[in-house]
Amino acid sequence: MGYMCWSSEIAYSGGMARFAADVPTRGGFSFDLCQRNEMLLKKGNQLPTFRKTGTTIVGLVFEDGVILGADTRATEGPIVADKNCEKIHYMAPNIYCCGAGTAADTEAVTDMVSSQLQLHRYATGRESRVVTALTLLKSHLFSYQGHVSAALVLGGVDITGPHLHTVYPHGSTDTLPFATMGSGSLAAMAIFESKFREGLTRDEGIKLVSEAICSGIFNDLGSGSNVDVCVITRGQTEYLRNHQLPNPRTYVSSRGYNFLKGHTGKTGEPYIPPNPRR
Amino acid sequence: MEGADYCVIAADTRLSVGYSIYTRDYSKICKLADKCVMASSGFQGDLKALQKNLAAKHLIYQHQHNKQMSCPAMAQLLSNTLYYKRFFPYYTFNILGGLDSDEKGCVFTYDAVGSYERVGYSAHGTGAGLIIPVLDNQLKSPSPLLLPAKDAVTPLSEMEAVDLVKDVFASATERDIYTGDKVEILVINASGIRQELMELRKD
Repeated sequence: MGYMCWSSEIAYSGGMARFAADVPTRGGFSFDLCQRNEMLLKKGNQLPTFRKTGTTIVGLVFEDGVILGADTRATEGPIVADKNCEKIHYMAPNIYCCGAGTAADTEAVTDMVSSQLQLHRYATGRESRVVTALTLLKSHLFSYQGHVSAALVLGGVDITGPHLHTVYPHGSTDTLPFATMGSGSLAAMAIFESKFREGLTRDEGIKLVSEAICSGIFNDLGSGSNVDVCVITRGQTEYLRNHQLPNPRTYVSSRGYNFLKGHTGKTGEPYIPPNPRR
Repeated sequence: MEGADYCVIAADTRLSVGYSIYTRDYSKICKLADKCVMASSGFQGDLKALQKNLAAKHLIYQHQHNKQMSCPAMAQLLSNTLYYKRFFPYYTFNILGGLDSDEKGCVFTYDAVGSYERVGYSAHGTGAGLIIPVLDNQLKSPSPLLLPAKDAVTPLSEMEAVDLVKDVFASATERDIYTGDKVEILVINASGIRQELMELRKD
């Protein structure tokens, strides 16, 4: 209520020239409707659930740059919503970001920062740096106090060299030589911890990333389907979509399915076509 | 599902908790009598206890009556066993399948406390919501909405039934994270019980 009084004071004090738009935006969420939502929940009205990706995402630094990897399963609770979704998001020609957590949040936040980076490139006339993307992401996530459920693995190569960072939903970041996030992160990290070493070659790096993602795919129920890999080096990025497809459908009925008339019951009411617009 | 002279019963072999897999090779099917097989989803600890309980009761029956229990008899026994623990139930969702005294296929479906019904086909578990609509469509023709009521269960041949079961499990595996690894398919007919293992997606 205090907020409302403040804005109306500002609106009145300068007469017609001052509008509510002159109030500086406070950013973050407005929690005004929380009381209403609680009341609805008590009455039995359930909120729709978010789609979480339930994921395995990884990144590692090799001799020439950075390799990112991700699985391709998106889940809605126990059901697979998308068998082949893209979890490696474009940020800049030399920076890519894997996202785990709520799918809408990872999409929105990476798209937003990608646009901001492009505007920044036009303004500065230089290639984007990974730390720029990192700062934009972490300040956005922190201001939403963890409500934006996006856990990211950000990797890229810029003028200062290869960089790999993890970003957590509350806004903290880590800078690491190898990283995993998502529900399959433990399975993938087990592989990294036993087989990672500094100065891997490109092929060794891709093989290790694929192994880590496969470990998540087969041992974590929230991850599955295919392996996506993205290799970023100085001056060149290779996005290997569906680099491995280790999960083909095991059985297809050769008989096929017939849907004969009468399979679906009719109520017997006559069909009345809608009135055409005049 | 039940056919004219056979019964097909199938279960996947994955044992999982939360987001992890305990084992990929766990049998949820138990042979109770010569022509009677039970498959269950739910809490596997209670399932083991229930299987032991029924096996013991079946042994006593054999001693007293000098013959194996028929499937409808076993069905009633299972229902009574489950209801006996009405106020601390076995957390299992069972399907009993086999051949009845006329050598026709029979399937009985249960809830956790013993309510049962003889049906043409049934499914339980996390993938049931994905499987039952397909079975409704393929097996139950014509629609139950039509009157006069026609014979509900379409008689498929044994090969076609097994083909349908395999396809339906492969489809459920695509979309349900808890279904996968392998499916154990048992076919019960006059010549005995035949077991088949089919690979499913392991992710």
